[in-house]
Amino acid sequence: MSTAASTQPAPARSEWLQPHRIVLIAIAAALVLSAALFMRWEWLPRYYDLALLGIWRTIWILVVTVTLGFMLAVPLGLAQAAGPFWLAWPAKAFCTVIRGTPLLLQLWLLYYGLGSLFPQFPWIRQSELWPILRQAWPYAVVALTLSYAAYEGEVMRGAFAGVPRGQLEAARAFGMSPWKRFRRIWLPQAIHRALPTLAGETVLQLKATPLVATITVIDIYAVASRVRQDTFIVYEPLLLLALIYLIITGILVFGFRKLEAKIPSRLG
Amino acid sequence: MLAISPPGWGANLLRGLANSIQIAVGAFGLGLAIGIAGAWGKLYGSPIVRDLMEVYTTVVRAVPELVLILLLYYAGTDLINRALDGLGYAPVDISGLVAGIGVLGIVQGAYATEVIRGAILAIPQGQIEAARAYGMPPGKMLRRITLPAMLPFAIPGLANLWLIATKDTALLAVVGFNELTQETRQAGATTKAYFTFFVAAGVLYLLLTLFSNVIIGRIERWARRGMPPIAETGR
Repeated sequence: MSTAASTQPAPARSEWLQPHRIVLIAIAAALVLSAALFMRWEWLPRYYDLALLGIWRTIWILVVTVTLGFMLAVPLGLAQAAGPFWLAWPAKAFCTVIRGTPLLLQLWLLYYGLGSLFPQFPWIRQSELWPILRQAWPYAVVALTLSYAAYEGEVMRGAFAGVPRGQLEAARAFGMSPWKRFRRIWLPQAIHRALPTLAGETVLQLKATPLVATITVIDIYAVASRVRQDTFIVYEPLLLLALIYLIITGILVFGFRKLEAKIPSRLG
Repeated sequence: MLAISPPGWGANLLRGLANSIQIAVGAFGLGLAIGIAGAWGKLYGSPIVRDLMEVYTTVVRAVPELVLILLLYYAGTDLINRALDGLGYAPVDISGLVAGIGVLGIVQGAYATEVIRGAILAIPQGQIEAARAYGMPPGKMLRRITLPAMLPFAIPGLANLWLIATKDTALLAVVGFNELTQETRQAGATTKAYFTFFVAAGVLYLLLTLFSNVIIGRIERWARRGMPPIAETGR
């Protein structure tokens, strides 16, 4: 038994390519090659355009909901960290309820629940928003945004509370107005603290996007399901789908790491 | 409509909740077992085992649960039946319950591996060295020293995993298993009172979460007995 090998510092780059790794990589390459050669991929050209559209939708939903959700998460976190009780309490209740129920249920509650309530009111059906409300994507965006806001609000609560008091006091001593203090000192430091968790939450959000396929939004997951239904090919679309998500996750993680490296880390 | 007796759908919802809890408990237990084995492999395994565990945790944590569930659900049942066929047995019909537990257990196992690995690394090195100095065989050391000593460090992460497990059972609705969310949708589709039923199911899930939180608090206090209290950290 090797003794506590993992407590050693990370190996240098030259050590990374050890003999057993070369064998493992060769096996992996052989698996990929045999999958490419012996599995059925002839459906790929026909669905190429649709797949691109699906990937675009998935990324679009991810970006929109993460942006909107983060904008909601800041006030949610702030209310819980420093707000008066009549603000902190509803914010906490919101986070608990959203975090305590499955996203799929929230999505279906909005889509089927609200979707079946709205048509009962003539003034909604006659309003100009009705063509939008009849589609599925607004419900998907709202559900995913609220979910991200609740999880991220909890993170931001800890981040806001974790900014050292001295920083805020110093800002006050400089005579900064409360808004300036928030904008220049409190928020940037809180975001910096939350950044590693933010990356994780964003990957989780990406993994939540295929749920929107269950309410008829055509994302990349829905495209794969359609290929399976049309061609009766079970595994190939799913494997390709998993690969696509792996790549998107890799890009996200890489991007956040770059972002983290950009910000000087010896603050606070 | 929410009455327990047949005109109402209360009994269906409660049956769905029972199914959900059953799957969550099974998946969490399986995930825990995989997690302990995985963490052991990652920390003390041979280089090949370590790399394979790394691939397992990375892939499972990067691919959406929904895709994994479909992939493992179809591929898993298909592979088992093919293997049975090859060995000359009749194919078995794998129940949704077993498949659900297996699939979610594999997903949970990846996260549990990371949680337990971190917890084992948080054990003061001297305790493990002392156990070795006493000449304990690895199995005994795992049972007597490593697992009890890592428990206080692992419980926050494992508690989080349990809450994720209860909510991930909802995903099995997509493969048509009759857990709470699926039962709710059926009730809603029959009565057209979607809103009522989804809110009711949400309340059930929320109660499950809040009840779990109380129990987790108790367990945490028990696991941390005799340790100095720490200030609450960010998460």
